[in-house]
Amino acid sequence: MKVLVPVKRVVDYNVKVRVKSDGTGVELANVKMSMNPFDEIAVEEALRLKEAGKATEVVVVSIGPAQASETIRTALAMGADRGILVKAEGNVEPLAVAKILKAVVDAEQPGLVILGKQAIDDDSNQTGQMLAALLGWSQATFASKLEVEGSDFKVTREVDGGLQTIKLKGPAIVTTDLRLNEPRYASLPNIMKAKKKPIDDKSVADYGVDVTPRLEVLKTAEPAGRKAGVKVKDVAELVNKLKTEAGVL
Amino acid sequence: MTTLLIAEHDHETLKDSTNKALTAASQLGGDVHVLVAGGGQGTKAAAEAAAKLAGVTKVLVAEGPAYEHDLAEPLAALIVALAPNYDAFVAPATSRFKNVMPRVAALLDVMQVSEIVKVVAPDTFERPIYAGNAIQTVKSKDAKKVITVRTSTFAAAGEGGSAAIENAASAADPGLSSFVGEEVAKSDRPELTSAKIIVSGGRAMQSRENFAKYIEPLADKLGAGVGASRAAVDAGYAPNDWQVGQTGKVVAPELYVAVGISGAIQHLAGMKDSKVIVAINKDEDAPIFQVADYGLVADLYQAVPELTEALGKLGK
Repeated sequence: MKVLVPVKRVVDYNVKVRVKSDGTGVELANVKMSMNPFDEIAVEEALRLKEAGKATEVVVVSIGPAQASETIRTALAMGADRGILVKAEGNVEPLAVAKILKAVVDAEQPGLVILGKQAIDDDSNQTGQMLAALLGWSQATFASKLEVEGSDFKVTREVDGGLQTIKLKGPAIVTTDLRLNEPRYASLPNIMKAKKKPIDDKSVADYGVDVTPRLEVLKTAEPAGRKAGVKVKDVAELVNKLKTEAGVL
Repeated sequence: MTTLLIAEHDHETLKDSTNKALTAASQLGGDVHVLVAGGGQGTKAAAEAAAKLAGVTKVLVAEGPAYEHDLAEPLAALIVALAPNYDAFVAPATSRFKNVMPRVAALLDVMQVSEIVKVVAPDTFERPIYAGNAIQTVKSKDAKKVITVRTSTFAAAGEGGSAAIENAASAADPGLSSFVGEEVAKSDRPELTSAKIIVSGGRAMQSRENFAKYIEPLADKLGAGVGASRAAVDAGYAPNDWQVGQTGKVVAPELYVAVGISGAIQHLAGMKDSKVIVAINKDEDAPIFQVADYGLVADLYQAVPELTEALGKLGK
């Protein structure tokens, strides 16, 4: 079984993003970029399936600017077999990403696609579900455990009330939650080896997908600020303030 | 225009998140119909509750085994089957609808607007990006709108309606997935997303036992829900459904008590809209103090029992 893992290049999760003063977006110049953390978990899970003999090949695909090849290299250094870069400029929305991924799936015929549940830049949490819809495949979002059962899958999902386990008919879409695994670090020899692994260069035009945004971004603003309050000296003062000043007790 | 609000319920009672999403749905300006899809007897009761909500003009009920376990494929198929009659589809951004609504959107060839925090106009919305560090205003150019609602920013709609209840036209179950089992914690405490007070613990709690010994008695004294930081959940000190943050639950209670939580961006994203924030942390430089209304620099193992006791003396 081939496993396809889409990965996204995003602002590193440690960076405190700043909104541009003209309200056109967030400052992306000279900001550290990394693989979306949920996608790292997806890559790791695919690699574990391969190491367990459940998957034969792990293919990584990224849709984005030329620099997204660095994100693919990171996945290759972790152990993925090959990459596909679909070059696209500007903002490509989840719906368009899902349409491109559908075309990639049609060409690659994986038995499983593992995606991060959301990208930490736009926080949309849509692409996996949309891809499942377009393919007419089963889906399991927010996975904390994934088991292969022949060509089917058993997935435990993190839901509002706790955990839910469902069975999926393969081929299937799985999106990762935080507790699925802890991604490995790429070792230096593997980083060197990854430089020789193939990355197929494609463009959006190759797949004939219209990526015109459906959502027009009118503005991007700072959230309403919250000021630090006061420090209290002890529990008695805290209780007193909560009772008399804040009125929440 | 007519909006279809998809109701959140636990197959027995209607959830508060439905009332909050209804407020957003009503702001779109058209008629609001509510779809209650579920398995078993409780679906009817949830539908009757939905029919009483102010501003609802019709309730559609879909009852069947395919809807019993919140599987994405049959519920998405049902909503899509109803789609010709509606201009907008609104649901609370609970785990059920985060799962289902993008599937609906793609089937309708619509770009979903996720987790809106404000309705600016019927086609224009505000939504947080980058863990709430920026707020984007987006205008949807799609003919039909698919929207999930961050319920912590909308007031709950009250009762006062008397809508007609009808059976929804059925849709075929694609039969792609099936339910195996669930581990759902039964608790008498209020749910995080509707709790008026929340007490959360962080990595400094050090163990599950300490959560039970320090956090839970304080929460129970306050009649509060219990939350946790991602670090505490990852370490196994608290179950996943307690997680508050960018990728967990987003809450905005009257009072949020953060105990031993440093205040990572990802955690702040889930609670910084709380009305009053209290932080108890022994590190006076912890970022949580930058958003806290009341900060107490103290050892939580002393301060929390003291606080629990002091509240007891107040008659809590």
